[in-house]
Amino acid sequence: MSQDAGAGDAAPSSHRNPGARGGGCRAEWRPVSGANDPYDPKQVAALSPEALDDAVRAALEGFAAAGNLEALAAVRPAHLGDRAPVLLARRELGALPPAARSDAGKRVNAARVAVTDAYAARLAELEAERDARVLAEERVDVTLPWDRTPRGARHPLTTLTDRIADIFVGMGYEVADGPELEAEWLNFDALNIGPDHPSRSMMDTFFVAPENSGLVLRTHTSPVQARTMLDRQPPIYVVAPGRVYRTDELDATHLPVFHQVEGLAVDRGLTMAHLRGTLDHLARQLFGAGARTRWRPHFFPFTEPSAEFDVWFPEHRDGPQWVEWGGCGMVNPRVLRACGIDPDVYSGFAFGMGIERALQFRSAVSDMHDIAEADVRFTTAFGVEQ
Amino acid sequence: MKVPVSWLSELVDLPAGISVQELDDAFVRLGFEVEDVLRPPVTTGPLVVGRVLEIEELTGFKKPIRYCQVEVGEAEARGIVCGARNFAVGDLVVAALPGAVLPGDFAIAARKTYDHVSDGMICSVRELGIGEDHAGILVLGQDGFEPGTPAADVLGLDDVVFDLDVTPDRGYAMSMRGIARDLAGVLGVPWRDPAGLPLPDWSGAPAWEVAVTDADRCDRFSMLALEGLDPAAPSPWALRRRLAQCGVRSISLAVDVTNYVMLELGQPMHAFDRDTVTGPITVRRATAGERLTTLDGADRALTDDDLLITDRSGPIGLAGVMGGASTEIGDATRAVLLEAAHWEQTGISRGVRRHRLPSEAGKRFERGTDPEVTVVALARAAALLVEHGGARVAGAPVDVDTRGPRPVIALDAGLPGRIAGVEYPHTQVVEVLEAIGAEVAGGGDALRVTPPPWRGDLRESADLVEEVVRFRGFDEIPSILPTAPPGRGLTERQRRRRSIGRALAAAGYVEAPAFPFLGAAQLDALGLPEDDERRRVNTVRNPLSEEAPALRTTLLPGLLASLARNLARGQRDVAVFEHGSVFPGGERTAAPLPGVDERPDDATLAALLGAVPPQPWHVAVALTGQREPRGWWGPGRPAEWADAVQAARVVAEAAGAELTVRAGDRAPWHPGRCAELLVGDRVIGYAGELHPRVCAALDLPPRTSGMELDADALPAPTVPQAPSISTFPPVLLDLALVVTDEVPAADVAAALRAGAGELLESLRLFDVYTGAPVPAGSRSLAYALTLRAPDRTLTGEEATAVRDAALAEAAAATGAELRG
Repeated sequence: MSQDAGAGDAAPSSHRNPGARGGGCRAEWRPVSGANDPYDPKQVAALSPEALDDAVRAALEGFAAAGNLEALAAVRPAHLGDRAPVLLARRELGALPPAARSDAGKRVNAARVAVTDAYAARLAELEAERDARVLAEERVDVTLPWDRTPRGARHPLTTLTDRIADIFVGMGYEVADGPELEAEWLNFDALNIGPDHPSRSMMDTFFVAPENSGLVLRTHTSPVQARTMLDRQPPIYVVAPGRVYRTDELDATHLPVFHQVEGLAVDRGLTMAHLRGTLDHLARQLFGAGARTRWRPHFFPFTEPSAEFDVWFPEHRDGPQWVEWGGCGMVNPRVLRACGIDPDVYSGFAFGMGIERALQFRSAVSDMHDIAEADVRFTTAFGVEQ
Repeated sequence: MKVPVSWLSELVDLPAGISVQELDDAFVRLGFEVEDVLRPPVTTGPLVVGRVLEIEELTGFKKPIRYCQVEVGEAEARGIVCGARNFAVGDLVVAALPGAVLPGDFAIAARKTYDHVSDGMICSVRELGIGEDHAGILVLGQDGFEPGTPAADVLGLDDVVFDLDVTPDRGYAMSMRGIARDLAGVLGVPWRDPAGLPLPDWSGAPAWEVAVTDADRCDRFSMLALEGLDPAAPSPWALRRRLAQCGVRSISLAVDVTNYVMLELGQPMHAFDRDTVTGPITVRRATAGERLTTLDGADRALTDDDLLITDRSGPIGLAGVMGGASTEIGDATRAVLLEAAHWEQTGISRGVRRHRLPSEAGKRFERGTDPEVTVVALARAAALLVEHGGARVAGAPVDVDTRGPRPVIALDAGLPGRIAGVEYPHTQVVEVLEAIGAEVAGGGDALRVTPPPWRGDLRESADLVEEVVRFRGFDEIPSILPTAPPGRGLTERQRRRRSIGRALAAAGYVEAPAFPFLGAAQLDALGLPEDDERRRVNTVRNPLSEEAPALRTTLLPGLLASLARNLARGQRDVAVFEHGSVFPGGERTAAPLPGVDERPDDATLAALLGAVPPQPWHVAVALTGQREPRGWWGPGRPAEWADAVQAARVVAEAAGAELTVRAGDRAPWHPGRCAELLVGDRVIGYAGELHPRVCAALDLPPRTSGMELDADALPAPTVPQAPSISTFPPVLLDLALVVTDEVPAADVAAALRAGAGELLESLRLFDVYTGAPVPAGSRSLAYALTLRAPDRTLTGEEATAVRDAALAEAAAATGAELRG
């Protein structure tokens, strides 16, 4: 078959081959002499072994001499055409007495097969030569670029968020979303951060006008947890990725707008061991089989006990090391109560980490500006990672 | 909180040979993040305590110079030239002798200067690298050290200081006392409570007449008077050194002593100049209109939430936050009234924020102090002032104490183990609780725990659980993966967001998320009319930039800024997209702030959730330069309006929705090159070339194009139904139709579809032609139609009938004529 249907006459496709259709096996047979015709030895000289040998020899030489498919096609009629000796000889068989026919018939047939085979062999040979030549002529430079469609990319924060969400979906969690412009009560009060709690100012909150709006730009994705708990009873296993806001000026290590992923599990009998198991699993999925977590006591109003955790990252650019990653703890019973869940029946754990932070050390990003400034060179380097 | 190890070791019996790293680990284990480990700079060579024996004043130089004989523990005194004048004969100083190298590679040698050989140097604090003071040399006092003593021990040059980050729940740990207790507990070693001193046996009348009218905000207020203070008495070196190590500036003996006691016991104190206080002191709320000039000189308007210390003259202090200027201690103060009180935390927190007066005292009060130690702190400060300032205590202390009984928490001794997932023996639980200072009563598992008075953060059993787990260590907790019930996977909406992002990336767009802040200038640049709904914004009260106080109502300003930034960095061909929330403004009711003791009732909750504005998820693209680059295949193709419209179709297709397009007119688009994007008859977005004025205003190349649509308005996809696949041969038809320029191609296509009916398998516009012989004002639209029947081979007659019907419908609907 041709490689390119549009490439025209040069293609070695069989239906365009001037010699192919004439294959001897498809020659048409004329009616032979009648059985009762008088036998004339002169007429049947063509059936002599010598004559047949000559015809076969001439055919073989003629085919061999044909240097290309066109020449082969040109000599074919002389040896396999209607007037070719071996076919004429066959026609003469009828003139022989029945007793002589069998012998002569075998000779004629053998001669005909020899010529036909010789033709087919030469045809195949010449076609192969021609094919090799044409394919060589069609050679292209496969290293030429074909970047006619520009490269697009998803932002690495998006793909990393998706990856983390998928890990939790694999554990049976649901992915929950919530608004970025959020009710102050859900962002603070419901999470045991009272109006005068020091951490309320510590959170560097963007407050939304007017003064009594009761709205803030969420400082963490924890209000999504509150919304989930207000919405239904346990068992709850949710993970909430999303954008959050703090009044930090943009610099190499701070972003006023960044991304977090928080998880919440509320069920009967959950312990800190389950929290550790969950975080260890996440760490291994994201940072390799050798990853694990280490905890340090810390304070978060919405969890008690609370911890900050580091992850052991074997693939770190600067060698294997502990990297600070996020916070976690057991859901404070006060939070469960504010959300209508009985802390005497259920316990829960919660955790949260920065996605920029994870991206920073997982992909060796040295400056937060690069994550925030939407430079296409930065983003395309990550491709469309699924 | 800065913690010098030398100070710590006076309070805790640190295990012999404990290393800095082991201490670091212990602090981290306790939950005190080690922000820094500060070590004094390195000094080598002979650095000794010296005593000044003689001073010869040298004259005739540009400045007065002294040539001193200094005894340094050798047979003979050394002659040292010194430019400072803040010392006298008999003073102990620090002398660096030849061969010493001070911080900054400052090598000391005997050298001739001011016509004398100086055989060493008398050092200032800054030269020693242990502070900033360079006004004079360091004077250690007149006794306490023998000349020749190596100065490193005296100066604390081998002392390490830990800078610990104390979380806001642990006010008690803002003191050496609190840190020492926790550290001793976790190391299992004895310690000495600096608040455990016996109180002196004071006698006489109370120091002052005091009344507290707001017992809720102040349940203990103590005062002690001192007289005969020498206002010129310096703070002893050891005290100054400790303050410096803890990052506190030395001011005067009285102030230094109150700061020292605050660092030691965690009890902030205030010192009034007693002679400026007039009449009885009352602790009360301010009344509206009252004012107070505080120590920093600021004249402050007060609110009725401010708690004051007042005398007959009016306010003399903002309780727990800052003292008043009128009663400030001065250079001549000889009589001091010391105050130590216990304030309610949240009120202090409000005051600190209202008056923007963060301070070391405020930091401790808002995190909670120990009400037990007010009088102890007074005694400790008084003792120091008596010892170093020559003062004497006048009368007995005042102590207005209205505290109620301490709360008791019921704790099931098994709870810590059940929460941690670790078995803690009963005795371990009790041991930890006692180590933090709690009193534990009750038999069996039903414990009754009285938290110590300095632990206001311990309010219920979960808080006690944390203490047990913290002291036992997190490392004991095993790692077990819980089994969640089967989940639902991603929602349709979440899947759709991913598909949209992937589809745009596959189409060559780069995701370019921007901060969602904008200002009027950006909206003006888009040429939005005054009444455009995108001008109705939500604004932030405390924006990072006054130019961008609003939350975006459209993705375009951020996206176009990203486009411009990429162009500014040398890119030429840029196609970017963003998807994210926008925040339409409008009139709203305020979100309520219900209580937190239980779930808000349904009405309140509905009001709360309803007050949060809807924040639809938008998708936008912007592109400029070559959409397809030039290459060896030929020239490139510039990005144009059609790419932006196609991007909308890509989005809709990824979302499984069907989009229709018609001509639109909306800022910031070119009025003749703006497509309105519809789902059904609802407009969900716009696409096309940007208005030339917008490109000019934003400094973008001409013909920059963009698209924005509301992805949340795309209908949820239905389950796709499989088409029937006919295996009969198709009939292929090409039709060229001439229509006037006003007729949209979409209308012609719709008419052809309608006319062709069910036998039409597909229809595609493959050419648009203007010019002769097509008359001016018209254009030729060429369509390729594929006809096919599900059940038979179409005959020529059938195909012709379809073609004629399609043409007839197109002619009727759009005036199209078959091109001859």
